[in-house]
Amino acid sequence: MTNTILTVKNLTKKYGRNIVFENISLNVNEGDTIVIIGPSGTGKSTLLRCINLLTKPDAGQIWLDEQEITAKDTDEDQVRQHIGMVFQNFLLFNHLTALENVKLGLLRVKKLDKDAAEAKAMQELERVGLSDRANHYPGQLSGGQQQRVAIARALAMDPRVMLFDEPTSALDPELIGEVLEVMRNLALSGMTMLVVTHEMGFAREVADRIVFMEKGSIVEEGSPDELFYRPKFERTREFLWKITELYGKKEKEA
Amino acid sequence: MDIGKFLQYIASGTAYTLGVVCVALPAGLIFGVIFAIIFVYGGKLLGRFMQFYSTVMRGIPPIVLLFILYFIMSGNINLSPFWAGSISLGIISSAYQMEIVRGAIQSVSGGQMMAARAIGMSKMQAIRYIILPQTLRLAIPPWSNEAAIVIKDSSLVYALGVPEILRRAQLISASTQQPFLAYITAAVIYFLLVFITNRLLDRLENRLRIPSNP
Repeated sequence: MTNTILTVKNLTKKYGRNIVFENISLNVNEGDTIVIIGPSGTGKSTLLRCINLLTKPDAGQIWLDEQEITAKDTDEDQVRQHIGMVFQNFLLFNHLTALENVKLGLLRVKKLDKDAAEAKAMQELERVGLSDRANHYPGQLSGGQQQRVAIARALAMDPRVMLFDEPTSALDPELIGEVLEVMRNLALSGMTMLVVTHEMGFAREVADRIVFMEKGSIVEEGSPDELFYRPKFERTREFLWKITELYGKKEKEA
Repeated sequence: MDIGKFLQYIASGTAYTLGVVCVALPAGLIFGVIFAIIFVYGGKLLGRFMQFYSTVMRGIPPIVLLFILYFIMSGNINLSPFWAGSISLGIISSAYQMEIVRGAIQSVSGGQMMAARAIGMSKMQAIRYIILPQTLRLAIPPWSNEAAIVIKDSSLVYALGVPEILRRAQLISASTQQPFLAYITAAVIYFLLVFITNRLLDRLENRLRIPSNP
């Protein structure tokens, strides 16, 4: 029996009268890679932000390792340490080198001593293949390299689960491959991952489950094979193949 | 009176001018940064209060504020004109510096704050380690301009009787009947102070620039 790491139950987020998503429920088992797809504006990114409490949901509950993190007395900073987040536009700390970016959380949040933090940060940069760029500033790195540093920064905190918010959408086609490669290895190493992406190649190859969201709710979820070849709804098939065609071209070019 | 002594008399006011600037500018910076942080992160009510403070301070001529603050201060606590004048100028400058820092924070914040919170940093840690280091770098060019303004506005304390450059120029012009020479001397000294300060801050900006590829 596999362990459930993350449970989302009836989560709802609204801005005024505008409902971003409503009654989203999701179960994530340890080691799973779950890919969330759907048209833009359906609340996928907001869902990820709600899961690590960067945005407050209006209703519903979230459990991380059986602890309810939406409870009132939750220490949010504590929770976020255990949930890694990778953003579409990287968001590296611009005034710090790659190594310092990865090291900062270890020093200030985990309170490791200098040597331990440095060693751990270097190890994480190695994991994403960038130890030779340790002393470069974000402005001196390519987009793909920046995103890999951002992944290393999140990994350094030893998160229970990693959230990826369209990690390759801001990248030139030729740089997408290196980031997906890092993510693929991460999934294979047993990391639990929740990925919002349009990269269907990645989804089919790596995902244990694909979740199709539209207009603020989950339309359908299942294994890649189920969703690509035996979807319950015509709309799912339509969207999946359209996206595959659109982004497949980009993948081939890359 | 020979010309050497004439010039020296005015120039010796530079120490007072620099003294006023060295109190007013850092005081304005410290309060400006604190006020800007309160404005951006302190919630609605405090934010409104800071907005009010800044609007009022920037809406009144510095010389008028200087007199008001001076009479408040010298009336209640027995401060010398030098300290009362310097602190008053610092208070006035804090409103302008708050606006400079606020703009810089708002252009840095958002994404950087979110990324910092995402690795488990508290708001205060994020401000301290992520937002401020980037903000202060961004603020140097407009801050250089504010430094020039404070150097020039330091001449206002002549009205309180502080024997700085302008005050001395005025005194010696009256006693020697040489107003043109006296005020030109003062002008040259002020100009040099502003010029040197701006060049030094340009250098600081270049030195602190975050490396990036073109």
